Amino acid sequence: MSLTTAHSVVAPSANSKRVAGAIIIAYALISIVPLLWIFATSFKTPPDSIAYPPKIVFQPSIEGYCNLFTTRTRQTPEYINSLGPATGFCDETVRKRNMVIAGPSNFLPRFLNSLIIAFGSTFCAVFLGTLSAYGFSRFKVPLADDLLFFILSTRFMPPIAVAIPIYLMYRELGLSDTALGMILLYTAVNVSLAVWLLKGFIDEIPREYEEAAMIDGYTRLQAFWRTVLPQATTGIAATAIFCLIFAWNEYAFAALLTSGTAQTAPPFIPTIIGEGGQDWPAVAAGTTIFLVPILVFTILLRKQLLRGITFGAVRK
Amino acid sequence: MLNRTVENVARATPEPLARKVRGISDKGLAWLFISPTILLLLAINIFPLFWAIYLSFTNYRANRPNEVVKNLGFANYQRILGDQDIWIAMQTTAHFVFWTILLQTLIGFTLAWLIDRKFRGHAFWTTLILVPMMLSPAVVGNFWRFLYEPQIGLFSYVISFVSGIPPTSIQMLSNVSLAPWSIIIVDTWMWTPYVMLICLAGLRSIPEYIYEAAEVDRASNWRQFWSITLPMALPFIMLAVLFRGIENFKMFDMVNLLTGGGPGSTTEVASITLKRQAFESWRTGYSSAFAIILFVAVFGLANIYVKALNKVKQR
Repeated sequence: MSLTTAHSVVAPSANSKRVAGAIIIAYALISIVPLLWIFATSFKTPPDSIAYPPKIVFQPSIEGYCNLFTTRTRQTPEYINSLGPATGFCDETVRKRNMVIAGPSNFLPRFLNSLIIAFGSTFCAVFLGTLSAYGFSRFKVPLADDLLFFILSTRFMPPIAVAIPIYLMYRELGLSDTALGMILLYTAVNVSLAVWLLKGFIDEIPREYEEAAMIDGYTRLQAFWRTVLPQATTGIAATAIFCLIFAWNEYAFAALLTSGTAQTAPPFIPTIIGEGGQDWPAVAAGTTIFLVPILVFTILLRKQLLRGITFGAVRK
Repeated sequence: MLNRTVENVARATPEPLARKVRGISDKGLAWLFISPTILLLLAINIFPLFWAIYLSFTNYRANRPNEVVKNLGFANYQRILGDQDIWIAMQTTAHFVFWTILLQTLIGFTLAWLIDRKFRGHAFWTTLILVPMMLSPAVVGNFWRFLYEPQIGLFSYVISFVSGIPPTSIQMLSNVSLAPWSIIIVDTWMWTPYVMLICLAGLRSIPEYIYEAAEVDRASNWRQFWSITLPMALPFIMLAVLFRGIENFKMFDMVNLLTGGGPGSTTEVASITLKRQAFESWRTGYSSAFAIILFVAVFGLANIYVKALNKVKQR
């Protein structure tokens, strides 16, 4: 073999590759089990979900999703029989358990809150972050290192410690339990990430492009708009996704500062209860819906992941 | 005469420069770009921080806003440093941080080292391993309560299946000695990929010629690992430890959902104590003082650590 093919003396042998592959695949499969279990549980009926031993093979049902989106009341069989025919699949499923649908649950509004707050704060953080990152990257800012460190240091604060004065401040300003308040707060948290990541991306764009544009008669602002921004789109998109994921996943602030109208999905999902405790299929259904966008983003981001999680400290 | 000169100079000035002068100066633009971010951080981070510092010297209670606020001086700080419960919470936090970092670094580095063999399909499996760390710790942590349920929970079932212990006696969340470990397990499951990813970057940054040279010198694999691989990946490992250390020191969501600090206060980490003091007992002044102490602690430890990190990098 070694006579016919030239290969590096330090390349791992075929055998060690095989062993490494086997261990990694085993780890990946085991670590993914909890997620598969969430997905499976979302399609179980409540009795199936709490069966012993835990059921791996089961009759799939969308009862969990029905329960997630509705609130139900228990009724007598006579009353249910007196109603007209069931109007849909969920209606039919619920009636089998002697219940009727009373109305929509809070899941959809909470999910929409999550969307509004995540997208709103991401937009603001990326907007502010891009401007600041360009400023720090291209101009001599006095005390630049100190300012950058100050921006980062706001991340060292435990969220609960920040939440105490924010809670009081928002109460004074009437921002408690409002989407605007949460957007402002998440923007402030995310902007540190955005500045640090985007500064790295913009540093990588050669200054010659803008200088050439400015010699052609563009002002600095036009040069920024027409040459730097288009070059930075990948970086801006990656940064936006990281901000989006943070705001989407955030729990501590949301749990302490929102309770009703502006509550997001993470503090809401654990409170989904059915009769006699947590309605696990409904929780699993909510969790599945909540996690799917993140899975998609993770796959899109896999090349930029390292940069994002280290604040741009490690680049590949 | 002078006017003529000015006109001549202006005519001689190349077009772009003239436009530049008409536009905003670079310095003005720099401040225009940076100041909104600074202002936002001042309003949402720094102003509340100073407010918290002020409150930490008072007996203010957020649920009684009309009560007269008394200045207590350093009394809150003194009480915290002498409070047995606070020290227990700090020990619980230290225990949690120590074990999660140890496990995540060991497993994460091993995984990275194996992935670096570049077996077929390694990119796909790496991406799959990375999934848990992107998910919401709160939402996924909440679901782990289900996996931990005695008997019906998958985790308890598998453990009892493997070990033969009756499934009803595996009370991960309500047993005093198991509850801290139930949190460590979820945190390790979730964040090992994070450490792995950073370690992988470290391993890939080691140039191949160093190994080739070592091979020429007939250094054993064991020797190569200890004198090339580990030292050269060390700054990356330390970076991962720094980030995980800060994050886990602040840990709130997972613990709050899995055990809520219980049973009793066996898993009450610093953030849970803070939440109980601030939002359940409403001792706003007292909890502000504790928040400031925590902030100074994280900040101080992180600074010392960054210095050490830079020293390692320079080597």
